Amino acid sequence: MPDREEKQVGIVISHLFKIFGANANNHLNALAKGMTKAELNERHGLVLGLNDVSINMAAGQVHVIMGLSGSGKSTLIRHINRLVEPTAGQIIVGGQDVLKLDEHALRAFRRNTTAMVFQKFALLPHRNVLENTLYGLEIQGGDRYRHREKAMRWISRVGLNGFENRYPNQLSGGMQQRVGLARALASDSPILLMDEAFSALDPLIRSDMQEMLRNIQQEVKKTIVFITHDLDEALRLGDQIAILRNGEVVQQGSSQDIVLRPADDYVASFVKDVNRGRIIRVDAIMTPSNPASALPKSLLSADTTLNAAAKLMCQHGGHESVVVDGHGKPLGRVTKDQIMAAMIGYGGLWGSENGGGTSSFRPVLYSANQPANPGNRAER
Amino acid sequence: MDWLTNFPHLNDEALRLVKKGLDDAFRTFTRTYGDSIEGLFAPLQYLLIKCEHFLTDTPWPLIISLAAGLAWLASRNLTTVAGTVVTLVAIGFLNMWDDTMKTVSMILVSTIIAIVLGAPVGIAMSRSERIQRVINPVLDVMQTMPSFVYLIPVVMLLGIGKVPGVIAVVIYAIPPMIRLTNLGIRLVDKDVLEAADAFGSSNWQKLRDVQIPLALPTIMAGVNQTIMMALAMVVIASMIGVQGLGQPVLKAINNQYFTLGLFNGLAIVGIAIIFDRISQAYGKRLQRHLELMHA
Ligand SMILES: Nc1ncnc2c1ncn2[C@@H]1O[C@H](COP(=O)(O)OP(=O)(O)OP(=O)(O)O)[C@@H](O)[C@H]1O
Ligand SMILES: [Mg+2]
Repeated sequence: MPDREEKQVGIVISHLFKIFGANANNHLNALAKGMTKAELNERHGLVLGLNDVSINMAAGQVHVIMGLSGSGKSTLIRHINRLVEPTAGQIIVGGQDVLKLDEHALRAFRRNTTAMVFQKFALLPHRNVLENTLYGLEIQGGDRYRHREKAMRWISRVGLNGFENRYPNQLSGGMQQRVGLARALASDSPILLMDEAFSALDPLIRSDMQEMLRNIQQEVKKTIVFITHDLDEALRLGDQIAILRNGEVVQQGSSQDIVLRPADDYVASFVKDVNRGRIIRVDAIMTPSNPASALPKSLLSADTTLNAAAKLMCQHGGHESVVVDGHGKPLGRVTKDQIMAAMIGYGGLWGSENGGGTSSFRPVLYSANQPANPGNRAER
Repeated sequence: MDWLTNFPHLNDEALRLVKKGLDDAFRTFTRTYGDSIEGLFAPLQYLLIKCEHFLTDTPWPLIISLAAGLAWLASRNLTTVAGTVVTLVAIGFLNMWDDTMKTVSMILVSTIIAIVLGAPVGIAMSRSERIQRVINPVLDVMQTMPSFVYLIPVVMLLGIGKVPGVIAVVIYAIPPMIRLTNLGIRLVDKDVLEAADAFGSSNWQKLRDVQIPLALPTIMAGVNQTIMMALAMVVIASMIGVQGLGQPVLKAINNQYFTLGLFNGLAIVGIAIIFDRISQAYGKRLQRHLELMHA
């Protein structure tokens, strides 16, 4: 769909600090010495936005940033196109130091390298769908006819065929955000910044939009920074997930890392209610094994989720399966027990007996002819 | 204890000298620069005369059709069109056509000047707190200072006639234009502005594509207010030689011609209503896209 071969652009953020308020620079040292967000606010009346954030966002991937309200997500994403000026730190986008750009170069950067989708859509109410989609292109300047063609293609790609002449007020929230997405995609920027883009939509529309974004991303392979506070959304979309708390990164990693090995209680509290069977892949829990010793029983590809694996193993019978990579090369083995334990979050590997969401789970073994006695459990 | 009941004031002689000094200074200023300042306003004079000639020389049926056409374009409402035609016909029938056209001409020119000067000032105010802090008190003075007071220097500089009349009207009528332009732009949704920034808009693009269009309904309310205030100045302007519906009213006051005053007063009300309905209908039509709701 894109006109030109997309140039791929990664984002490297290092030691980024943001303090809101006057004379912010004077307080960087105090932060380094361990002053907290609350102390900074109490003593100096300043708000800590970001505290020593370093994230490396590889090109062509979806990077999700998660965190509770006020944790600094919006502040962070707005640094990437410099809608917010940092107090200290470095932001390199595609080898270019964003903080060194002068006003003119920054505008060019925003026009051609980044595009943004907003939680509240932020469409122009006096322009119809087509004119809104054209907005970024108009700002870039250039051939109107080609712009129009491109805008029409993206409008139809996001499923708004026939709505070109409607005004935003005539559209539902979901449709408005499709326009927001079409507007961002039409500008052909290699980076897409999405600040809680789907948070204002109801659940069904939301999963439609997630699906659409995933499909589009397979074609366009942009570097997407996606903010959400919904873990399911994060896991569904994110190649990489970073979790923020009080302006600090508490954990970064793949969805498997976050769910299987939450770095602390804060992260654990995020993942406690997640549907593990739908997220965890067999290769994350398998026993790596010597390929030669792997017997070709039933085969599972490495990216099979636990749910899918359990279903397949029940269908085909057998206790153990071999996990293979995309080329059919065996990687390890996985048993039904391992799958079941991982689904309920039980076992030392992911340490969720202590502090994890399944802490109320008490392993009790009952034999088939000795039904469970509730009184027994109460005694324990 | 005399000073408690009689406010201690500058002695009469000193006060007289201060006033005389200021008056003389201004008079000298007028004598030296009066002509060149009048020259400065020559284009305005030209515009006024052209506009007035157009309205008075064009056959009345054409003017009425023009007004009806404008009313239709702005409102798409037959009642408004009919009201416009009936009012104008009644005015003509009662022999006030020429005076009305002169007044309309002055209102049109004053409004155009108020928009041309007021919009940029309002925009500048919306962009800078400092400018807003400076201009706001000036607007307060313009609106509260009795118009007779600023008529004096205007007349001293430019004499009696159309131009000083229009200047007085503009001074009185421009504040709502400035205020509502400023307000409209300041009320523009911050999220949409952020989107404009995020897509790399220049300040000018932001103004043209986002701020002015979104502020337009409020700006139109300012235009409407400006027209109404300009009409309110018609009688006062006639005191310094502006022709139109104000002069018969003035004559009526001096000679106690009740009916003459009433007719001309009603004619002013009539064109005020026409202007009001047309400009408001136009303002509403600009917001059409906000009213179409998602079903
Ligand atoms: N312009 C500003 N001036 C002062 N403080 C600010 C400003 N913008 C953000 N903050 C503060 O910075 C912190 C981080 O805010 P931010 O908007 O980035 O949070 P967030 O993670 O996006 O939250 P949410 O989920 O509610 O959108 C908050 O404490 C907020 O109050
Ligand atoms: Mg936010």
